[in-house]
Amino acid sequence: MFRDAWLVTKKDLLIELRSRILINQIAPYTLLILVLFGFALDADTETLRDTGPGLFWVSTLLVAILAIQRSVDVETSDSAIDRLMLSGISPTSIYLGKTIGLYLQLIILEALLFIVMVVLFDMSVVNYPLVVVSAVVTTLAIASSGTLYGVIASGLGVRETLLPVLFLPVLAPAVIGATRAFGDAFGRVNADGWAWLGLLSVIAIVYTLVGMLTYGNIIEDT
Amino acid sequence: MVFLGQFPALTGATMNIQQGEVVLIKGPNGAGKSTLLRLCAGLLPMRSGTGTVLNFDLRTQRMALRSHIGLLGHRTGLYPDLTVSENLQFWASAYGANNTEVDKAMEFLGLNDRLGSVQVQNLSEGQRRRTSFALLLIKRPSIWLLDEPYAGLDSNGRQLVNSSILQASELGTTVLIASHEIDKIGSSQERTLLVKGGRIVNDSEVDSEG
Repeated sequence: MFRDAWLVTKKDLLIELRSRILINQIAPYTLLILVLFGFALDADTETLRDTGPGLFWVSTLLVAILAIQRSVDVETSDSAIDRLMLSGISPTSIYLGKTIGLYLQLIILEALLFIVMVVLFDMSVVNYPLVVVSAVVTTLAIASSGTLYGVIASGLGVRETLLPVLFLPVLAPAVIGATRAFGDAFGRVNADGWAWLGLLSVIAIVYTLVGMLTYGNIIEDT
Repeated sequence: MVFLGQFPALTGATMNIQQGEVVLIKGPNGAGKSTLLRLCAGLLPMRSGTGTVLNFDLRTQRMALRSHIGLLGHRTGLYPDLTVSENLQFWASAYGANNTEVDKAMEFLGLNDRLGSVQVQNLSEGQRRRTSFALLLIKRPSIWLLDEPYAGLDSNGRQLVNSSILQASELGTTVLIASHEIDKIGSSQERTLLVKGGRIVNDSEVDSEG
């Protein structure tokens, strides 16, 4: 199962390396969002610092939608999904492979976003391990649910408009938790970031398990 | 009966195909030829009726059947951003085939040398079909389901496809071909089905028996 999953992941990463959509299109969009938030909040540094953790995760979600749509397009634009289904690779392996591929891409984008946010908003981190672990766990929640909802929206034939409507409410609890954990890590809120991380871990595990169990049935119907 | 959305795409298909047969499926556009092939591949569910392919029940064992099927559809199922070689390598790994089989298929279909390093999105339609066809040779499935396999191919490409079909049939592979472009393949085990309005209206084998 994991061999096949890794095969799918490697293929997705190779496609991104060749197409450079992540670097040339999605990454600039990520940065643009953050800069626009800065303008919208009138360059008030204190306000930016207070809202930085929330802005970071909202920006991440917006770019995740693009990355998810891209991940689904790769399989559906020329019916490669049919060939995958006929290949003998199990749906669970396809799901895991696509999730890991999306996860790695999002981590790269988040690292970029993080650096820009820290520099642009002049923020300082007080708890690096909390930042890293909460990013790792929240990104798993985003990638696992995104892979599943991407294919659901694709089957309904109105992916571009429907995906955000389905996907964003599902991730609202994760965004709240991640914002709190980041707020604590940046020393901007009086909250126990590690406790919020516990909630995030449960969300990430549940979404991943649900995806592994249901992805096969969903691609059958799309 | 098979539905595509709410549309009953295939409403009457009774057939019995033996191993090694080459079956030409003819019929006008929208008759249900592609739906019939996708049904046989286990990609579409049946709303009613019964069906067995390679002893796999089409209602309950579609997933297990699929790894034995090679489908060449309207769309190639290739990744446009990857090169021909990268596509073939990926699918060969998925099928459990080795590099020698990839090289053989590429050479047979004239895909080696310069074309191997070209991104699929930069290929002509004929070259894409050849690449897609190479995947059939690499996978070596028990059944070939070919939907308009000659579309976009030049005469050399058509000959290659034809000789592959005949060779596969001689080795016991069952081949179903939906095509407007040919009336005969030249196999000794050849038969023709005519599909119209979602039904098989004529079967050359049944007719000859009658």
